[in-house]
Amino acid sequence: MEIRPEFWLLLLGVSLVTLLPRVLPLVTLNRMQMPDWMMRFLRHIPVAVMAALLAQSLLTEGEALIPLTENINLIALVPTLAVACFTRSLLAAVIAGIISMLIIRLFL
Amino acid sequence: METAATSSLNELSHPAANAGFWQGVKDCVPTLLGYLSIGFACGVVGRTAGLSTAEIVLLSTFLYAGSAQFIVAGMIAAGGTMYSIIVTVLFVNIRHLLLSAAISPYFRSFPWWKNVLLGSQLTDETFGVAVNRLSNDWKHRDKWMFGLNITAHINWIAATFAGAYFGAWIPDPEAYGLSFALPAMFIGLLVLQMAHRKQIRTDLAVAGGAVVLFLAAFTVMSANLAVLTAIIGAACIGMVIEHGNQT
Repeated sequence: MEIRPEFWLLLLGVSLVTLLPRVLPLVTLNRMQMPDWMMRFLRHIPVAVMAALLAQSLLTEGEALIPLTENINLIALVPTLAVACFTRSLLAAVIAGIISMLIIRLFL
Repeated sequence: METAATSSLNELSHPAANAGFWQGVKDCVPTLLGYLSIGFACGVVGRTAGLSTAEIVLLSTFLYAGSAQFIVAGMIAAGGTMYSIIVTVLFVNIRHLLLSAAISPYFRSFPWWKNVLLGSQLTDETFGVAVNRLSNDWKHRDKWMFGLNITAHINWIAATFAGAYFGAWIPDPEAYGLSFALPAMFIGLLVLQMAHRKQIRTDLAVAGGAVVLFLAAFTVMSANLAVLTAIIGAACIGMVIEHGNQT
């Protein structure tokens, strides 16, 4: 359970550069009126973020693209998407996803 | 408790106006499994990169960012300099600017120190859950957000600790279908958002645009920069479509 001295400096650095982008907009945009174009831009951020992260988690492994014909994530996507649309429940979607992948792994 | 009444309804329903901390804890539950498996893997990777269990727990507590923690472990293993690691983490986490800005309209009325606290625990998942729920006429949204945040944070610390501590004995933590918990969570959050917003055609174009842009950008840059590029590009697509609809 040892912590190297130089680790503290690294921890401080990476934590700070992560904290600032998380906190600055919440604190500063609070104090001023955002321009209209910025509000319209930000309204699309939630869907854009989730779709981009979904693409990354479905289609890539580390820094490599999973070949489309070998990508079992795309098979599990179908039942998971169906359950998510049908139930509108996050928990149901996650459970459906895990079970789908479990079944796919058993048979492939 | 009054909040119990809301939990039986589907997740789109608005929480009661007085829903607070414990409703936030409850709303975090569906995301726990996805991050439990990723966090476990992150702890295992940290150990194999030569980090001690204490160092991994410190990173989970103060850095608290999944992809960045994988990168820190990878760069330490590869002998990266401190400067290069910090700059890389900055680029990986710069997308939080967009998340923080997007929820800022809901926290205008709160004191700055509260926004610092709430922002410091902002992640992709808590953001995804929060944007479906937040509204300005909801009084205790700060307490709710804190409940959501603290639950996700504790789950992450516990998961990386478990990975660091027990990882050596479990050969393949990604087996048993858990590898799909995270994509499934993003699928669920995307569907919930679209259902919530009721502008399905614009949203589908934005989502489709994000996927195409990610794939295009990924051919020339790292996955994390490609995600950032896709987010900004897709949000611009959304603005252009809306503008076209108005004129």
